[in-house]
Parts: sequence; structure tokens; C-alpha cells
Amino acid sequence: MFKKSIMALALGTAVVFSGAASAEEKIKIGVSYPTPTHAWAAGMNWHAEQAEKRLEELYPDVDLILVNSPDPAAQASALEDMVSVNQIDALVVLPFESDPLTDPVINVKESGALITVVDRGLSKEGIEDIYVAGNNPELGRVSAEYMKSRLKEGDNIVILRGIPTTIDNERFDAFMAEIEGSGINVLDHKHANWNRDDGFEVMQDFLSRFPDIDAVWAQDDDIAIGVVAALKQAGRDGDGMFVVGGAGMKETIKGIMDGNELQPIDVLYPPAMLATAMDVTVAAFKSNGPVAGRYILGATLIDKDNAEQFYFPDSPF
Amino acid sequence: MSDTEVISAERKRAFSIDLKAMGPALALLILCIIGYSLNSAFLSEGNITNLLTRSAFIGIIAVGATFVITAGGIDLSVGSMAAVISGVMIIIMNNLVDTFGAGAVTVLIGCGCSLILGIGAGWINGALTTKGKIEAFIVTLGTMGIYRSLVTYFADGGTLSLNFDLRGTYRPVYYDSFLGLPIPVWVFIGVSIAGWVILNRTAFGRYCTAIGSNESVAKYSAVNVDRIKTATYVIQGFCVALATIIYVPRLGSASASTGVLWELEAIAAVIIGGTVLKGGYGRIGGTILGALILTTIGNILNFTDVISNYLNGTMQGLIIIIAVWLQRADWSKKKV
Repeated sequence: MFKKSIMALALGTAVVFSGAASAEEKIKIGVSYPTPTHAWAAGMNWHAEQAEKRLEELYPDVDLILVNSPDPAAQASALEDMVSVNQIDALVVLPFESDPLTDPVINVKESGALITVVDRGLSKEGIEDIYVAGNNPELGRVSAEYMKSRLKEGDNIVILRGIPTTIDNERFDAFMAEIEGSGINVLDHKHANWNRDDGFEVMQDFLSRFPDIDAVWAQDDDIAIGVVAALKQAGRDGDGMFVVGGAGMKETIKGIMDGNELQPIDVLYPPAMLATAMDVTVAAFKSNGPVAGRYILGATLIDKDNAEQFYFPDSPF
Repeated sequence: MSDTEVISAERKRAFSIDLKAMGPALALLILCIIGYSLNSAFLSEGNITNLLTRSAFIGIIAVGATFVITAGGIDLSVGSMAAVISGVMIIIMNNLVDTFGAGAVTVLIGCGCSLILGIGAGWINGALTTKGKIEAFIVTLGTMGIYRSLVTYFADGGTLSLNFDLRGTYRPVYYDSFLGLPIPVWVFIGVSIAGWVILNRTAFGRYCTAIGSNESVAKYSAVNVDRIKTATYVIQGFCVALATIIYVPRLGSASASTGVLWELEAIAAVIIGGTVLKGGYGRIGGTILGALILTTIGNILNFTDVISNYLNGTMQGLIIIIAVWLQRADWSKKKV
């Protein structure tokens, strides 16, 4: 009897202690992504840092650990450290490449952490609890829809594509599917590698080759900068000519706000998607509603009316 | 051996020498005919001007690379060097706007800094190779990585953009013409002539060739090998800086993707032009044709949709190999 009550007391204290300890313990969320080497990724990094500040202020018991890695092997090591050193409760990961990071993420999952995968899917299905990504086909479709609203049958457009990858194919195929049957002629499409210099040179050659171009789909804001420079050099930036980029670069959005007729709209591929993923992951610990699932962000058409809400002057992108 | 055999052998030799010198010019001519047959707009004034202006960047860098390679060296850092110089130049000019205004003074100071940086970066490559006794391949592979990451760091992973008022001042350097030719083309012509004179008509040029063919012999012949070799890298750095000065006003920006693979294009231009990769023989005229050939390939591929976009690299690779094979293959020694 006496023995039992002592045991109950001991048990009770143990429960109280562990309760106190868990209140002290923070929810640790590791955020792993490639080191930014181009402007869009630099924007993503900036938005993620903003989200870290905001979320840690809002929830003092949440600790977000941001780590960027220069290559897939370094990212795999970073994931191992997050488990062994930081003992994370959840992981938000934008994989460098799908194949080499699938196993490292599975190892993190086996440690019991919640897994959120961003933008680039893993090679095996069913690993992630939450998936957050932009919508590449929708970016192509929305751009084509805008072209159709501005152009009539028999008008000519040229397309500057990105780096030959799945992302580029998804955007391009969806654009072509939407434009089909509209009577708008796609004169040609060439890869400009999401790069300003290549955008400039490819557009120069398009201008020499085709005397009549009514609009340009540049797919990306960096390419669009090169395209606009080439149009201005050739003096063919008037007569209702317009260029549609994509991604949501701050300079482009500022131009839309100021009423730039050459680039009147932009199609969003949100650089803030990592921040969104961090929000959803924190909500998995804090919300009373279920959050697991797939979040496909919209490819919003940014025009003069809504440009302001996508304008972040302090972001590098 | 009968007389006729000797004569025919001599003829063959003459033909092969001729082909060696004429190879790049012939390749360029064939490319132009292909381009024109695909689309007559290829030979339009606008396109030719675009082609020449575009060739200026790689061409100017390749003239510098001809010296380095002739003297038996190699410089892999030129693309990254161009990127970091562009970046630093933009930062310097943006910061000077408050003091000196958005006029020519600021641009001139920017250009001066660019030249100093180029010469300095070239000297570092040269000194590490000669005084440090490290292989040029390793030294410049190292500086290539350093310069590339520095520009990423300065740009915070994004893009460095030139102040908009300055662009107005600086823009004519790329876009304006003098006597019908764009200014970058004049710079290219000037660099080419200077390069040809230095390589073919000065003691320095002969020392470069001597060191490239046999460094030890050059040393015993009282040539200051270290100084000459370092000087070739300094010339390379100076050329990169000049290319940067005409590159920045084009789009007014620099980022981590600026100048990617320029080093390989420059080296390819030099080799297509007939300079020997292991050193000892250099041809500035060939280098210029090499740069023009490389730009023309890209231009022609943009002028046709016959070839799948995904095969652009294949076409470029094939043409480079064929152009070099045309001048290297020993035509006089066909099966006996």
C-alpha cells in the first residue's frame, strides 16, 4: 500500500517534470534549400528569412533553422546534421535534385519528423506529408490566355524558352495547348536559358528574321529584360508591341504599377513559396485544422490592379 | 624518287599549309553561305552588325587568350573575371553618382577601375603560376571559382543593376555607331591590330612563342620566362576588362550568370583559329575568325527551325571539331 503510493507519487512527479520539460522544449523546424545562385532563388531566400522572423515572433516556442547548401551532397549532409545535431521535429526541404535527395529525406522521415517538400518533388511517392509548389503548366496557360485576349487571328508571336528542362516543357506545352485554334501564329521558339544576355541575342535574331512580330512570350522576367533591350535597339518597341514575362521580379512589377505598356502584365511563379511552406508546416503544429496535403500555388496574372500586393521593394528579386 | 613525285609532294605540302592558314576563313565562308541560303535576312546590314558586335566580347577576350596559350599557359578564369569586374564596376559607379553625378566622369572612373581590376586579376593569375609554381590550370580553376562566388556574394545571389540615370550616359558605348560600325566593333578592331603587332612584330611576341615551344631553352637563352609569362596573364586581364567595359552598358546588369562559359568559348576561338593548345604557335588573325565562327553558329541556329533546339550543342560541337580537323589533319600523308 505504502509502496504503491510512493510509486504513484514518483510517477506523478515524473509526469509533472516531463510536462515542464516539454513546455520548455521548442518545436524545431529545419528548412533546407539550395544556395541562391540566381535572382529568383535570392528572392526566395529573402522571403524565407522574413518568414523566419515573423513566425518566431508570433510563436516563441517555434525555432526555425534555415540552412542553404551549394550542391546536392552538401544538402544531404545538412539534412543529416538537422536530425543528429538539431533533432528537428519537422523538415521543410526544397531538394537540389530529386534523385540524390530522396534517400536522405526518407532518413529524416524515419527519425519521426514531419516532412514538407517544396517545388521539386522527390523520386518516390508518399514520403512527404505536405507538398507546396508553384504551377508551371498554369503559368504557360495564363500567359497564353492573356495573349489571346490582346491579339487577333493572324497575329504573330515568338517565344523565348528557358533552359531545356521539365519545368520549361510544362510551361511551353501548356502555352501551346491554350494558343491552339486561336489563329495566332507562333513563328518560332528558341531557348534563352532564363538569362538576360541570351534573351537579348535570341530576340535580336528573331527581329532580323521576322519583319512582323506582334507580341513576345519571354516566359521569364530575366529573359524579358534582354528582349526589351533588343526591341528598343531595333526601334520596334512601339505599335502596341508587348512582352509577357513571368516569375514576379520587383522591377517588372514596379513597371506594371507605373503603367509600362511594353510589359503590361506579369505571371507569378511565387518566389515566396518557401515562406508559404514554412507557414503551412508551422500550422501543422499550431492549427486546430488538418494541414497535410498538396498545396499548388496559383500562377496569378499580375496587372495594374493587383500589382501592389506582389511588390516587395526590399527583396533582391 | 622521280622528279614528278617530288613536285607533287611539294604541291601537296603547299596545299596543306595553305589550308592551315585558310581553314578558319573557309569555314566562316561556308557558314555564311549556309546562313544566307537558310534566310536572306542573314546578310542584312542589321544582322551583320549584330554578329560583329556580339563577337566583340569573346573576340577581345580571345585575343588575350592567344598570348596566354601561345606562351604555353591557359586561363580558365576569364568568364568569372568578367562577371566580377562588371559587378564591382556597377557598385563603384552607383556609389559615385552622389558625388560626381550621373555624367561622363562617373563612367570614366568606373572604366578606369575596371582596367585596374583586370590588370590586377591577371597579375594574380600570372604571379601564382610563375612565382607560386602552380600549374596554370589549377591556379585559374581556383580563381574561376573565387571570382564567380564573389559576384554572387556582391549581388546577394541576385542581380546588380546600374543606376538608371547612368545608363543614359553609358548606353551609347554599346549602342552607338561611328562611321557605320558600332563602337564595340571598333574596340575589337583596335585590340586585334594591337594584338597582331605585339605578337608578330615585337621581341615580346617572339619570347611568348619561344617559351611556349620550349620553356627550358627559352630560359637558357636569357629570356626572363617568369616576367613574360606573367605579362601574358596581365594582357589577358586587360582584355577581359575592355570586354567588360563594352558589356556593361548593353543591359546594365551583372549577376552570377554573367559570362558563364566565356572561358571555353574564348579558348575554342583561339584553337579554331589555328593557335596550338600546348603553346609555341599563335595566330591573332585566326583567333578573330574563330570568334566570328562561334558567334555565327549561334546566329544561324537562331535563324532556322530545321534543327531541334535540343541539338544546338551538337551542331556547335560538330562545327568546332570539323573546323579544327580541316586544318590539322595531315592531308599530304594520305594512304601511301
